[in-house]
Amino acid sequence: MPHWLQLTPIEIQAIRLSLQVALLSLAINLPLAIGMGWVLARLSFPGKSLVNGLVYLPLVLPPVVTGYLLLLTLGTQGPVGAWLKDTFGIVVAFRWTGAAIAAAVVSFPLAVGAIRLSIESIDRRIEDAARTLGANRLRVFVTVTLPLAVPGILAGSILAFARALGEFGATITFVSNIRGQTQTLPLAIYSLTQVPGKEDAALRLLVISVILSLGALLASELFNRRIRKRVYGHAR
Amino acid sequence: MRVEIDVQRRLGQTDIDVQFAGQSGVTALFGPSGAGKSSVINMIAGLLRPKRGRIVVDDRILFDSARRINVPAHKRRVGYVFQESRLFPHMSVRRNLLYGQRFSAPERRYTQLDRVADLLGIAALLQRRPHMLSGGERQRVAIGRALLASPSLLLMDEPLASLDAARKNEILPYIERLRDELALPVIYVSHQFDEVKRLADMLVMMADGRCIAAGTVNQILARPDLAPLTGHAQTGCVIDTRIARHDERFALTWLRCAAGELAVPRVERPVGASLRVHVHADDVVIALDRPTGLSTQNMLPATIVSIDEGHGHHHALELDAAGITLVAHVTRKAAHDLSLDVGSQVHALFKSLAIDDEPPHADTDATCHETGIELS
Repeated sequence: MPHWLQLTPIEIQAIRLSLQVALLSLAINLPLAIGMGWVLARLSFPGKSLVNGLVYLPLVLPPVVTGYLLLLTLGTQGPVGAWLKDTFGIVVAFRWTGAAIAAAVVSFPLAVGAIRLSIESIDRRIEDAARTLGANRLRVFVTVTLPLAVPGILAGSILAFARALGEFGATITFVSNIRGQTQTLPLAIYSLTQVPGKEDAALRLLVISVILSLGALLASELFNRRIRKRVYGHAR
Repeated sequence: MRVEIDVQRRLGQTDIDVQFAGQSGVTALFGPSGAGKSSVINMIAGLLRPKRGRIVVDDRILFDSARRINVPAHKRRVGYVFQESRLFPHMSVRRNLLYGQRFSAPERRYTQLDRVADLLGIAALLQRRPHMLSGGERQRVAIGRALLASPSLLLMDEPLASLDAARKNEILPYIERLRDELALPVIYVSHQFDEVKRLADMLVMMADGRCIAAGTVNQILARPDLAPLTGHAQTGCVIDTRIARHDERFALTWLRCAAGELAVPRVERPVGASLRVHVHADDVVIALDRPTGLSTQNMLPATIVSIDEGHGHHHALELDAAGITLVAHVTRKAAHDLSLDVGSQVHALFKSLAIDDEPPHADTDATCHETGIELS
């Protein structure tokens, strides 16, 4: 193997940390996004516009603001952060778990948006048919709605995952830029660009970022085609 | 088995206000599009809530506004076959069929997969996905899926409306079989009088959200005032028969009913299958004695039950042939000359009998799969 293909320990650390953060953020996100997607797609209740606005807020807020809000609430001095520390001994500020929370909050609207759209596109009359066959609401959701929403859930997951991989502003504000703890790929690239003569190393990480994101998109497309083919007999 | 329906609700421009009772067998809700038929059965299924009313199926109160009872749809045990099959696209035919069974208590199940697959002729389709089925097959699977949930009432909302004539005739015999073989009350919605005439035991006619007439198919067919709604300009009656035997020599099929036997051109259905024959009142000839030397050979002995004299040049007779109601038109002069009266013993001769049956198109499904044509 030519030596330029070999990753340095620092690069490996940044990649592993980025994947770890993005996967944990997805794990936090997904159940909540599926639930919220269903609520927004299928229920109407007073105050729905407000809930809708709150869900999409991180999409339009500057990430620095989101990060700062997280620091204020979840930081060791913040109300929730202090409570977590005193009760469970959990500290997320300046830890990789905190980076995952920041990434989850910022990517949540993307996951909800895709999942909501796919649930809205499911024929409610098929769900009605399931009800007449004896399935209650929860069972209809698990056996009919959820499987038919898989393409949307997948699309939402990939979007959220990719957004989490690229998260910068909220992360650096909330959990700072600590190598081996919170220094994900974008933060590592940023650090390298601040040091003269490290342009090559920055470029290498940039290529790695592109490969990771593109790989996620391709994998989702492939998976999506297979699902559609199985369910509808054709890919489109 | 008894079904009591009394529902009221305003929907858009239509005030729905319908009361009727049904029994075992097929009760047809018949009327033009927009009459509110589908809304009524959606209320029975629990998919739509009546503003006021009462729904009782087999002594179970499913809805009663006065007593604040509203059983949710999934606990009603009311099967529903929709116009557009609504199969689950992500499940095989087998899993579609078995979907409702797991929600029904084992002691209440009255049928199983093998029997239903056999009854509906879908045993060969079990491994397929819904998108690989023709329209007719999809509808049969939808019927099977509803039956396997062991419902105490089956609702069918224009199950044949999205199918072409050949495919309708492919499915109708299966619906007749389930009517005959399962003692399950069925409420069948349609705006096609031909389907209703063929399947229904009781008929509820709806227009503008109201029930305007109810009775047996014969009672409805005998009423000239309803002719514009049924689309049958002539009044008439239907006779329920079973196929007794096939006559190869003369290419005939003999049908047996309570009053005797009738011969019709060869029908490609098995012996024992039930068949409904439709007779126009104008095609019935009345004879006092059993005539001989006639080319018309279909005749049944009957008794005159009533004579309606209000039809211009002819009288409308209602006859009873061993429990079967027949109607006949005779001229006033003939009625006078033969001194026809209530209670007279006569013979009813049929100039023609109509059978709502086409030869089954068993091979059409296979053909369309080979050529890959989508028929939905």
